Amino acid sequence: MTDTLTAPADTSPDGAAPPVSSAGAGWRTLRRRPAFLLTGAGVLLLLLVAAAPGLFAGWFGHGDPTVCDLTHSARGPSAGHPFGYDVQGCDLYANVVHGARASLGVGFLATAASLAVALVLGCLAGMAGRIVDSVVARLTDVFLGFPFLLGAIVVLNTLPTRDIPTVAAVLALFGWPTMTRVVRASVRSVREADYVVMARSLGAGPWDIVRRHVLPNALTPALVLATITVGGVIVAEASLTFLGVGLQSPSISWGLQLAGAQNSFRTHPHLLVFPGLFLSFTVFVLITFGDTVRDALDPRGR
Amino acid sequence: MTTTTGGTPAEPQPLLEAEDLTVDLLSGTPGAPRSRRVVRGVSFTLHEGETLALIGESGSGKSLSAMALMGLLPATTAEVGGSVRHRGTDLLALHPDALRARRGKHIAMIFQDALSALNPTLTVGFQIAEVIRAHEQVGRREARARAVELMARVRIPDPARRYRDYPHQFSGGMRQRIMIASALALSPDVLIADEPTTALDVTVQAQIMELLAELRESTGSALLLITHDLGLAATAADRVAIMYAGHIVEQAPVEDLYDRPAHPYTEGLLAALPRLEGPPDDLTPIPGTPPAPGPLPPGCSFRPRCPAARDSCATRQPALLPAPPARLVACHYPLEASSAR
Amino acid sequence: MPDDVTDTGKSPTVTAAAPAAPVLLEARGLVRHYTSGGPFGIGRGRATVRAVDGVDLALRSGSTLGLVGESGCGKSTLTRLLLALDRPTSGTVRVDGRDLLGLPRSELRRRRRDIQLVMQDPYTSLDPRMTALEIVREPMDVHRAPEAKHSRSARARELMEMVGLDPDHGHRHPHQFSGGQRQRLGIARALALRPRILLCDEPVSALDVSVQAQVMNLLKELQRTFGLSYVFIAHDLAVVRNIADEVAVMYLGRIVEQGDRDTVYGRPAHPYTRALLSAVPEPDPRRRGESERIVLQGDPPSPARPPAGCPFHTRCWKSEKVCTEKRPVLTPTEPGGERRVACHFPEND
Repeated sequence: MTDTLTAPADTSPDGAAPPVSSAGAGWRTLRRRPAFLLTGAGVLLLLLVAAAPGLFAGWFGHGDPTVCDLTHSARGPSAGHPFGYDVQGCDLYANVVHGARASLGVGFLATAASLAVALVLGCLAGMAGRIVDSVVARLTDVFLGFPFLLGAIVVLNTLPTRDIPTVAAVLALFGWPTMTRVVRASVRSVREADYVVMARSLGAGPWDIVRRHVLPNALTPALVLATITVGGVIVAEASLTFLGVGLQSPSISWGLQLAGAQNSFRTHPHLLVFPGLFLSFTVFVLITFGDTVRDALDPRGR
Repeated sequence: MTTTTGGTPAEPQPLLEAEDLTVDLLSGTPGAPRSRRVVRGVSFTLHEGETLALIGESGSGKSLSAMALMGLLPATTAEVGGSVRHRGTDLLALHPDALRARRGKHIAMIFQDALSALNPTLTVGFQIAEVIRAHEQVGRREARARAVELMARVRIPDPARRYRDYPHQFSGGMRQRIMIASALALSPDVLIADEPTTALDVTVQAQIMELLAELRESTGSALLLITHDLGLAATAADRVAIMYAGHIVEQAPVEDLYDRPAHPYTEGLLAALPRLEGPPDDLTPIPGTPPAPGPLPPGCSFRPRCPAARDSCATRQPALLPAPPARLVACHYPLEASSAR
Repeated sequence: MPDDVTDTGKSPTVTAAAPAAPVLLEARGLVRHYTSGGPFGIGRGRATVRAVDGVDLALRSGSTLGLVGESGCGKSTLTRLLLALDRPTSGTVRVDGRDLLGLPRSELRRRRRDIQLVMQDPYTSLDPRMTALEIVREPMDVHRAPEAKHSRSARARELMEMVGLDPDHGHRHPHQFSGGQRQRLGIARALALRPRILLCDEPVSALDVSVQAQVMNLLKELQRTFGLSYVFIAHDLAVVRNIADEVAVMYLGRIVEQGDRDTVYGRPAHPYTRALLSAVPEPDPRRRGESERIVLQGDPPSPARPPAGCPFHTRCWKSEKVCTEKRPVLTPTEPGGERRVACHFPEND
């Protein structure tokens, strides 16, 4: 070939960037970010607490949330019981630690369910044509227009049992529309992108296009929204439980603890403060984690 | 450093004079700030009634130079050094309010993208009138009358009716006319046009350039034309400055520059240009790509792409020096500029 | 191009006829109207946009057809029609004499390999999440050709080298390349399936002059090496002159002049062609004011409301009564000549 093909000294303008593979690049960047390491460690810790509360609950006292002594009812922090006791006289620290499972369980389950529905419906609406799109869009509108609290209360009240899966399912029922809208919007913008037109002109079928271009590009905003949603769902679970329509005892959850604390806040503020702190910390960690992941998943931001 | 001017002795005071203008783009976080130099010491003068074209490829720093001249770069994202004197006053040393007063009144700018430069929620007439009212004590009615007059002057048909239209109701060419009208609202003596026709079709571009030339003739204002288009500069400019990697590498009266380029980059650009005349042979591209913003290796920034580079080009950076009669060139081994074509 | 694509489903008769029929891609009476406004034709806002309004084109094997026109003239719609990405309101697109739109879906999918697209914007036409190698490999992955994945990767590296990129940069993402390099990637991707036709939609207009020349030369080199045929769409007349063998000038959804390059550029017959050529600023200051410049007034009319008669009559300085009434048809300027023009009063100097 002539020199026209070989002459250009093709050094990339930002040639300083190290060679990175598609899959490894995000991870490599993530590892270098203190914000990610910090929030990532926080998320891991939360998951560990949820998975094996026994590991943490016994740090100070006996660690069993069900061993209660009514004589200690609502007593404040003391030696061996840094958080004090709840109204039943159970160790509050052990209770808060054990409460993480319910809260995170509901949060992750509900979010995962919403995300799954959102990805399916969003891709369908974005790719399948006008009629399907209109149907999905109107359906999300209807659900969005439904007052969440009212709806959740009505549905939950009709359920015979309210354990983690059922509460999660109800929360997902009202959580998918927002996420579907986000997925649908990004699917539509990717669908119009030049590289998708290109792929179509190559003869790529709709499934090819979804798998190759649409999902990878539409997933990031959905994932980010999902990490934020987990926090929101945990708060929603707490609110519902607080209102008496969420989880029921003997479940242990932050919402139940907060609900129990509502009447004695003035006299025994620690009952509200400690579960509340854990709840806020969890939500904060999840949201910041979502932000750092979003930054890292964008190949242009590296 | 003595200023580099056109070279003729006893020149009158220039209208606009940029000296050693630098722009650093700031990025990164407050904890770990990063800055990349993109304009690396640009000096030029603009005289009354003259048109100077600043030509460069993308990333050469031409548009940022113009923004810096106007004080339009936000301090949070860019740091501007050097001086820009307008009739002897250093604009960069002025208080932001004083600079704002000068902007529009004495120096006005025409942007490439008229659609995003105009506010989509306001009528075009209102936007022109607003420019007048921001700088002069005139009533609503008078400002309106003058805006309609300006619209007529840039030949918008039926200006009184179109006064009430919104930007999206105009075609690209008509919107660019609106921009020109609002730039001319206060009869500035310097117009800076940043790629004014790049977004337009060639027949509309011809209309706008014709209009600009006419208006310049009738108002006597000077024009700084920022463009990537060597053809456009050839038809509109009196003098041309070529930018590469944040430097001006050559500056000359328009005919000298196109007839006998002295800098290898200028010559390379002219050779790479497809033309309507002559045999349509293979073009002669400049190999490689322009350097990325940021620190440059020592020596001449064009050296890696230069066919005439020698060893010394790698160590010493060439300064922009006069090459009589009226040329400035930044090259250790300029092409034979004296031999006529 | 060394041909290992025996499975394209070409019928033997067509292959045999190919050398005798030099026309590779042919559009006949192509029309594409878009209807906007109320559903089912109800409502005040209803309008028919005549994006492409009767276009005949022929691309000869191994040659380049330049298509020039301003924004809104229907170039982009025509591109979509030629690629069978959009169905024409009427008319046909034939590749090798076969009507693309008449083909069954699976057959069309395979025939698409013959005609590939190079897009204008090297920033938006490459998926930011893919690596260079994945981008170049994509067409082969879509068609599973060749069958083994590693040989697709090997071919992708080959292609990168062919367009002047370092194959070792294959793991980089598009944003790590310069504009010119990205356009090379786009060309490598277009060549992956060994097509016979490249449809280049403003392939160099987003590039700087020095890089633009590199890409133009690359395209010409590839054409010489592989005998490719190009439809080269651009608004820059000088660029088109540099690469095209034949030129078609579009205005408002129609071709107003067509002929071989030297005739159209040297002796433009349609007033619009003359105006276009005259509006190009020449990089030669000595020619300033030398020739009488034609500066057209006004903007092109909207394709939703095309004027009656000749579409150009609203801006034409030669317009007469007949131009407002009767639409001129594309006719040869000389009997039996190749150059055709749609004008009642063509220039004949």
